[in-house]
Amino acid sequence: MSKIMTGAEMVVQALQDQGVTHLFGYPGGAVLPIYDALFLQKKIQHVLVRHEQGAAHAAEGYARSSGKVGCLLVTSGPGATNAITGLTDALMDSIPVVCITGQVPTHLIGSDAFQECDTVGLTRHCTKHNYLVRKIEDLPRILHEAFYIARSGRPGPVVIDIPKDVQFASGTYTPPKNIQHKTYQPQVKGDLAKIKQAVAMMAKAKKPILYTGGGVVNAGPEASTLLRELVQQTNFPITSTLMGLGAYPGSGPNWLGMLGMHGSFEANNAMHDCDLMICVGARFDDRITGRLDAFSPGSQKIHIDIDPSSINKTVMVDLAIVGDCGHVLEDIVRLWRAEAHQSDPKALKAWWAQIDQWRARKSFGYKKSPTTIKPQYAVERLYELTKNRKTYITTEVGQHQMWAAQHYKFEEPNRWMTSGGLGTMGYGLPAAIGTQLAHPDALVIDIAGEASILMNIQELSTAKQYLAPVKIFILNNEYMGMVRQWQELLHGGRYSSSYSEALPDFVKLADAYGMKGIRCSDPAQLDSAIQEMIDHPGAVLFDCLVDKAENCLPMIPSGKAHNDMILPDFEEDIGKVIDDKGKMLV
Amino acid sequence: MNAQAALSPYSSSAGKTERHETHVLSVLVDNEPGVLARVVGLFSGRGYNIESLTVAEVAHAQGLSRITVVTSGAPETIEQISHQLERIVPIHTVTDLTLDNAFVQRELAMIKVRGKGENRTEALRLSEAFRARVIDATTESFIFELTGAPKKIDDFVELMRPIGLVEVSRTGVAAITRGPLEM
Repeated sequence: MSKIMTGAEMVVQALQDQGVTHLFGYPGGAVLPIYDALFLQKKIQHVLVRHEQGAAHAAEGYARSSGKVGCLLVTSGPGATNAITGLTDALMDSIPVVCITGQVPTHLIGSDAFQECDTVGLTRHCTKHNYLVRKIEDLPRILHEAFYIARSGRPGPVVIDIPKDVQFASGTYTPPKNIQHKTYQPQVKGDLAKIKQAVAMMAKAKKPILYTGGGVVNAGPEASTLLRELVQQTNFPITSTLMGLGAYPGSGPNWLGMLGMHGSFEANNAMHDCDLMICVGARFDDRITGRLDAFSPGSQKIHIDIDPSSINKTVMVDLAIVGDCGHVLEDIVRLWRAEAHQSDPKALKAWWAQIDQWRARKSFGYKKSPTTIKPQYAVERLYELTKNRKTYITTEVGQHQMWAAQHYKFEEPNRWMTSGGLGTMGYGLPAAIGTQLAHPDALVIDIAGEASILMNIQELSTAKQYLAPVKIFILNNEYMGMVRQWQELLHGGRYSSSYSEALPDFVKLADAYGMKGIRCSDPAQLDSAIQEMIDHPGAVLFDCLVDKAENCLPMIPSGKAHNDMILPDFEEDIGKVIDDKGKMLV
Repeated sequence: MNAQAALSPYSSSAGKTERHETHVLSVLVDNEPGVLARVVGLFSGRGYNIESLTVAEVAHAQGLSRITVVTSGAPETIEQISHQLERIVPIHTVTDLTLDNAFVQRELAMIKVRGKGENRTEALRLSEAFRARVIDATTESFIFELTGAPKKIDDFVELMRPIGLVEVSRTGVAAITRGPLEM
């Protein structure tokens, strides 16, 4: 099935052969031949973003919500550098993305040509792998290899930098078949002897906890099904990182809520006091562990991860199983059942009794107000009014993101798109557009802050152009709320540059972009306003004016341990909680 | 580049040893553009130490190069370095030679020494004791070529210092496992 074609045609053909339906991009001099090839076909929809960072986040949203590889196309120089934030985001959160960048012709490389930059040099540190295609003969192999690398093992972004002369050159295209990379072959099946050992440890545990992460979501929906089965069979409590929400249902009986810096009191205390921690597809990030030398001091730890470099990176574990979460969970569930293991019922009953005491603290509680919309209340109402629909939530970064994670209950995997590792403000709107295009019939909501949304506000045009009916739900407290909160905690309430001065009128802004704007500041009218947003067939910019001073609690202050949280009913001076050493941390 | 200083304040020594070890890693890579930059970038980006680094093609037909890195750190850090290296796509294998300690290592150095009279004779005498070769000579200088384990070169350089050491150029370590098997 080999065929002679130009490099540009090969790119488009390879994308089609890889099953790409949407390509997010922005044209420019160095990618014009590829844009011409796109013009002449109908299988792939090109989605014109308004900034290349938006293309990368849209591809991430598309990938995370669909389980497929997200794809973007940008030009050389500024096109590539603008995409770098999104690529770094995808690397940190293990999102499969293929980014094609144009490059100046090979004979001009290194001459500081117009719109030239060292794309492979710049993206070496923010991609899983990258290529500069120097010869047309290499192009078909590289295109297919890039998709294989992006989606295999621990997923991540891959850049293919294609000089313009290579796009014009003619060569033989070969379709993808059984790509076997000569060096990159990640181990997906776990070592059975170790899995047996893990099952034996689980059967003996008196105070076990499952700590799961984005790896479960990345392992596909089957992995989440297996995880639920495991929880049901063992009756173990389960918590998850920000990235792993939805793998186990938020309404499930064994769910402790998210753990970590803004996680629940019960999840963090259970992590601290457990005797067996089973980490599935998570990486002991600093937002999760808090102070490392006080992290779960009395527990044995099992770590299941597809990336060997994640193991023993920050926390030393007792048993490491390298493999895909789905495969390993399958083996664990099978062995648990086949060997007729039982959890220790007496011990587990006592453990649950302890957990219920922590639960009774209601750490996600807050003081309701009849006059002001509390941000937590807004997320709660949003959840109640959308929970019976096929809803996808994206977020920006900050307080609103944590409130969304705390108060929106995710029942399914792939329904929650947020920037976890890199913490990229401006992620949510383009990610929502990517998600919406992958799921045209779904309700897609970007829970945003008024500061974050302005970082990629230009993408409203993209939503308008492609009739993506995304709902942008801004929790507007007129502050970069998380910055303000930390300034209150660490810097004596001196709110240096964290007030959102000179904000636009979001309702008028919506009007200017040709979409619906809604504003609400009255708790009594919130439900009907949210309903209006849901019922509107097109995109909506919802300006929800919330309490300006609300802090995001509970919180493990920096430098403290899991069992040393600030709870919502905290009465003392919040500015005195963190010691000097803690102030050094981010 | 000190790995300890680069650690985040979230890090702690909990569960980690305080030992600081020097290890020789042998890394087989595809000989393609940028592969050395990936390896070096990994070390600088993550704050690992490089004490020496050598790279050369070792199998032309298969397009393979071998990078030999001498690095130092806590044993856990060195294990982490190996795993991080394994993530780089064009890397075939990473072997920590120090783990089994059954390997030989050699380094080549060129040492320029300046002196007259008694110093000159002394330099020459010592070079014979170390089996160094004279590869360049003027009436007031020698360049010695010396091959051996790094320690031997260090020792020779120290002896030359009071005699009239001018400067040294070293290749860094190349290493290979002992016995009949490949690394």
